[in-house]
This record gives sequence, C-alpha cells and structure tokens, in this order.
Amino acid sequence: MNTVVSFENLTLGYDRLPAIQQLEAEISEGSLTAIVGPNGAGKSTLLKGVTGALSPLEGKINLGSLTRDDIAYLPQQSDIDRSFPLSVLDLVSMGLWQHIGAFGHLSKSMRGRVSEAISAVGLTGLENRPIGSLSGGQMQRVLFARLLLQDARLVLLDEPFTAIDARTTADLVEIIHRWHDEGRTVIAVLHDYDSVRTNFPDTLMLARELVAHGPTQNVLTAENQFKARQMCEACASTPHVCGKDAA
Amino acid sequence: MIWDAIIAPFADFGFMRRALLGCVAISLGATPVGVFLMLRRMSLTGDAMAHAILPGAAVGFLVSGLSLGAMTIGGLIAGMAVALASGFVTRVTALREDASLAAFYLISLALGVLIVSTRGSNVDLMHILFGTVLALDNAALILLCSITSISVFTLALFLRPLVLECADPQFLKSVSGLSAVTHFTFLSLVVVNLVAGFQALGTLMAVGIMILPAAAARFWANNIGGLIVVAVTVAILSSVAGLLLSYHFSLPSGPSIILVTGIAYGVSMFFGPVGSVIAQAFPRAQINS
Repeated sequence: MNTVVSFENLTLGYDRLPAIQQLEAEISEGSLTAIVGPNGAGKSTLLKGVTGALSPLEGKINLGSLTRDDIAYLPQQSDIDRSFPLSVLDLVSMGLWQHIGAFGHLSKSMRGRVSEAISAVGLTGLENRPIGSLSGGQMQRVLFARLLLQDARLVLLDEPFTAIDARTTADLVEIIHRWHDEGRTVIAVLHDYDSVRTNFPDTLMLARELVAHGPTQNVLTAENQFKARQMCEACASTPHVCGKDAA
Repeated sequence: MIWDAIIAPFADFGFMRRALLGCVAISLGATPVGVFLMLRRMSLTGDAMAHAILPGAAVGFLVSGLSLGAMTIGGLIAGMAVALASGFVTRVTALREDASLAAFYLISLALGVLIVSTRGSNVDLMHILFGTVLALDNAALILLCSITSISVFTLALFLRPLVLECADPQFLKSVSGLSAVTHFTFLSLVVVNLVAGFQALGTLMAVGIMILPAAAARFWANNIGGLIVVAVTVAILSSVAGLLLSYHFSLPSGPSIILVTGIAYGVSMFFGPVGSVIAQAFPRAQINS
C-alpha cells in the first residue's frame, strides 16, 4: 500500500522544547489509525505538525502529494466562538470552502450536498438553529458534517469523542467507518482503548517517542502501555532521562 | 405641526439636508463595521482607534487649515500607523493586543491634543473633537459618500472570510491563507469609517454611531444580516431625531445624535426580543413567540 504521510526523524515542539523526538513512522493510504499514549505524549502536537500549524524542529513530515485542500482537521478544543450568530447551515456550508472559496456562490447542487451532510450526522431540522443553542454532542455532529463536506483524502481528528455522549459517539464512529470504506486515510487521537480495539485496525502508540506502531492488537499490549507510562513519567521529573533509556 | 417639527427644518435649510445626507452615509458605512467590532469583542478597540487618528488630523489641519482632504489623509496615516504598530508589538513581544493598543492610542491622543493646542485655537480643537455636521460642504459630502461606498463594497466582498475569522479563526487558517489579509482589511475599514465619521461627528463621537446601534441591534436579531439591518436602521433614525433635537433646542448636533442612539440602546436593552432584560426575565414568552 502507498504511504500517505511519513515522519522522518521528526522532532516537534514548542519554544524549542521538544514534545516529540525522533519519530520514524509511515501511515499508509486508506488506513484507519488511532494515536494513543499517556497525557503529554505529544499526540495533539503530532496532528498540529501534519496540518502545518507547527514546523518541525528537526527531521521532516513528508506529505507526498497531499496539499492543504486534501487535509481536514478537527482540533481538540476548537476555538469556535459559540456566541457568534451563525446557524448550523452557515457553519456546515463552510466545509465547501475549497469549492466556493472566500467569494464564490453556493450553487443549488452544493446546497443539496450541505443538506445531505446535515442529515448524515442526524441534525436534519436543526439547520436554522444558532450554534450557540446546541449541546456539546450536537456541536460535534455539526463539525463532523463540515468535515464530510471537506471531502479530504486525509482526516485528522483530535480526541473527537471527549465529553460526548455515547449515542453521538456511536453515530460519529459510523461516519469514520464510512470514510475508511471510501478509502480515505483517518488518523484519530483517542483515549478509550476499548473503542480503539473495536474500531481502529491500526494504532500508533506515542510517549514522546514512538513506542509501537502496527495492527492494534499487537500495539495495545499491557507491556507497551506500561512502557509508555514509564517513558512519560520519566520525562515529567527533573532531572530526567527521557524516552526509551528510562523504560 | 408634524410638518413644522419634522419636515420643515430639512425642507427649509440646506445645511440640515447636508447634515442628514452626511449622517445617512456614515450610518450605512460605519454601522455594519460596528456590528463586526461588537461580534469580535473589539468595541473598545473602535474607541481607541478613534482617539488614535487625532494627531494625523491635527497635522493635516496645521498644514492646510480646515481642509478635509489633508485632515482625512493625516487621520488615515495616524490610524493605520497605530493599528500596525500595536499589531506588530503584539506579535513580537509578550504584551497582549489590548495593552499595546492602549499604549499607542494614548501616546497618539496626547500628541494630537498637543499639536492642536500649540498651533490652533480652542475652537479648532472643538471642531476636531466634536465635529461640524451642520457645516458639511460639497467636498466633505462627496468624501463621506465615497468612503461609505468603498466600505460597503469591501465588507460585502470580505463577508465570508470575515465571519469565519470572527467565529472560527482556526478553521479559516486551515483552509485558506486569507486570515491575515482579512484582519488587516477589517482594521482598515474601521479606520476609514472613523475618519469619515470625524468630519461630521468629531473624533470622540464618531465611534458612537459605530458601536451604539450595533449594541442595540444585538437585542433584536440573532443573525448577521438582521443585526446589520437593525443597526443601520437605528443609526439612520437616530441621526434624523438627533438633528431635529439639535435644531429645535439649539443643542450641539454630534452629541445629540449619539445620545439618541444611546436611548435606542437603552430601550432595546430592556424590551428587545433577544436576550434583553425582559426576555431574560420571561424566557417562556420567548419560546412561544
């Protein structure tokens, strides 16, 4: 299978302090990969690196033929101003940005696609509701509808199910499977190992460095989880020996 | 009776008609910009920018007297300089935008007052601070209407990125490179409209017609189109009422207009259907309506 994203000796961080060190990994096209690891392991940082919001301190992220239009990103805590007077329809429509851009017209067929996306996430009937009146779960559905319209080859999700009810989670997992069936590459940062085992064929475990990457049942072992925790705890204490040497 | 009170002042006096046209132009241009200032929680930024344009206008005044062109260009340069300088300081230092903007506008304001008072008379200072809506000449009206046209057109063109920049800046950054352009275009619109406003209402009052109608509209509408329509309507009606008050009771016109918008804001705050005092107190009535 083709590689869609590869990390080559990648070091990413903030203010020159590395959050991820010397990561070597390849994500194949069409794979459905969960990124797991303890708090502070660099999971969100890795996604920010792929979106280009964060530049590597060392090494590189090879995106091959992917451009900005091919990548859709759902941040962990999106800084959407929920008090802004925007309707569900308005916000979802923005998923068509790469077609309509800043100045383009929303054609009738595009409107049809917007309604389809809204119905796919189960929000039909709420099109004209202001986003400020939605529950957390409904808001996440809105953001998934927008992701659907972005029609991206690579979808990045940062903890999409945190603080979301079980019913919504189940519906949104369904959408992730749909993307997978359509051959899109999906990378999601997740905390719930049970959900990862049932829904994600591949897993990349991170603890500032790569712990393991491969089929989920080979990665999510008790041994790896223990190792990851130790690696991260070692990093949190000062003075410390970071990464694999500590484990 | 109604004729005498409302129509006659405009029918009989050219200066009243000019003032009205000037105010309508400002309402159409500045008020929609004010709506976005409010939505971006930048209402006080508008106020700061209004003070920041003073030294530029003062220098223009010194160079060529009460010439609108010179004062406008001066005001534009000063406003842009303060906007860019504070944006720059925010990006390269640890100081936050509110503090850096406050620092620059205070320096700018002090400089402006100093320039006007060393070289001009107090009357001149009053002209710049409080405007001369009853003495707008043709050149001033053409300038006002041009600025309004440019402003409305630009806002229409940039509406989508501007809305996204306010509501979901992270998303705009992820799909488009227009983020910085949008921010700068918006700041330019603020400055341009304040400069237009200060010809008529003065630097201190210009920001009033920008912010107060927008704040009033927040209690009447909960979508952007509605907010803009309500805000512009409030601004135009307040201009008419303010001019009439100033005519009948010999009051200064700028403050009269702004005070009427203030009354509109007060009434909206209590009786508007969206989130007002009454609407919050009787939420059930809101659901049924």
